[in-house]
Amino acid sequence: MKQCSQCTKAATFHITEIRKGVAKPIHLCEGCAKEYLALVDVSAKSTASSAKQKGLKLQDSPSDHLACSHCGQTFRQFRSQGRLGCAHDYELFRDELLQLLESIHAHTQHVGKLPRQHGQEGRSEAQLLRIKSELKAAVEAEDYEKAAELRDQITQIERLEQSRSPGTESMSD
Amino acid sequence: MDLNALTQTSGAWLRGSGPDSDIVISSRIRLARNLARFPFPIRADQKTKGEIEDVIRAQIDNVRSAGTIEYIDVNSLCALDRQFLVERQIISREHAETQGSRGVGVGSHESISLMINEEDHLRMQVLRSGLAVDDCWEQIDLLDDELEAGLVYAFSDQFGYLTSCPTNVGTGIRVSVMLHLPALVLTREIQKLFQALPKIGLAVRGLYGEGSQALGDFYQISNQTTLGRSERQIIDELKAQVPHFLDYERKAREKLVAEDQPRLHDHVCRAFGILKSAHQINSQETMQLLSTVRMGINLGLVSGLEIPTVNELFIHIQPAHLQKLKRESLESSERNVARAAYLRARLANGSSPN
Repeated sequence: MKQCSQCTKAATFHITEIRKGVAKPIHLCEGCAKEYLALVDVSAKSTASSAKQKGLKLQDSPSDHLACSHCGQTFRQFRSQGRLGCAHDYELFRDELLQLLESIHAHTQHVGKLPRQHGQEGRSEAQLLRIKSELKAAVEAEDYEKAAELRDQITQIERLEQSRSPGTESMSD
Repeated sequence: MDLNALTQTSGAWLRGSGPDSDIVISSRIRLARNLARFPFPIRADQKTKGEIEDVIRAQIDNVRSAGTIEYIDVNSLCALDRQFLVERQIISREHAETQGSRGVGVGSHESISLMINEEDHLRMQVLRSGLAVDDCWEQIDLLDDELEAGLVYAFSDQFGYLTSCPTNVGTGIRVSVMLHLPALVLTREIQKLFQALPKIGLAVRGLYGEGSQALGDFYQISNQTTLGRSERQIIDELKAQVPHFLDYERKAREKLVAEDQPRLHDHVCRAFGILKSAHQINSQETMQLLSTVRMGINLGLVSGLEIPTVNELFIHIQPAHLQKLKRESLESSERNVARAAYLRARLANGSSPN
């Protein structure tokens, strides 16, 4: 039997700690294990720090020295801090961010709430996206009753859209 | 707002009521919002931060759905008072530690907090006792609408609500439940939970959020991502998982009782004994013992002590609270003495183990 790495008792608790992608086995007795667990920093894998890490992981980019004319932030600064400087950065660094957002959220299109002041056009487009995403989730969860309800909502919105703007093929971006 | 008066009370979210409040301490939803015409706080100079604060503060005064919201100018507070607000979960550690114009609007017995100039221009949160994420959403959705009526948020059709950190973009929502999981820690099952959570898109943090340790066996479980799913989906997905966590903890408690009830009883009563009679005690040990006693109350092993009292003690024994209660600045060793005295006083009146 292995000895506890903190004291002389027999180790009855074996854990594998993963720090920075390196697995490290730790063997502890009951008393030391309890102490260890109490001190476990559960945030090691938290979102904010991982965004920063993911940001850092992005390849060197031609945008590194591109600076936002509104806030002055460069892409390089974003990569070191993990924070953007202003709303315009989302457009300026769009291509790099799409890749990052895909890796963080597995999505690149918002489907939730809209500000009330947002135009009616954008509203129904976004509403459609949201309902379609909910529909997909309902089908995956085999909740067909809900799926049918959502499908009806989609038809209704699309019909409304067509009646509102006859002749226009699609939404402008 | 009179911070000294707050030392005698605790937030409504701590009262230990609401569904499943034996394990779910509280539910919380926060939304991150920014104003379109200003740079995010990280790129805003002092003057701009001042303007941002003025604009949002003026709009907070127009909010009607949440009763009176009292505003605290965090920038003018001393370090002790800022720490005090962190301990009460009114502001984040980041908000306490950063520089420059910033503040927080506090409403409805501390169940609403509106932080200005944190990582984003506006971070609003609604807290509720027990498992009540739907109530949190209902209130914060309304609050968001009322605030937005007088503010132009940074928003894009593709990326949703724009935030300083891309991990929050889209809905800007974080839905979380604070769980008390002492039996899972005691039976060492907790590690399995840590490993399972990221796989189902959930993150786990300690009592005071990012980077804080899991003191007192408290774990905050929340959504990991914010873009590509609606607020409703994000809330429902977290809600769907919570019963599994509760079940897991309850089974672990049953197992502890079934395997060796006398030993568990002894463990709980010793914890209670130390809390009632120690003459110096640090906050970490106190949190650990309170955690054991809290589970003991839930299992009927301790009587005469109520859950709301224990919930409150978790907050009141923190360093800044103790110093505010004593109305003087105390060194660490002095705090240990003051903490033990406070615990003896609070636990003395009649409460006794079974």
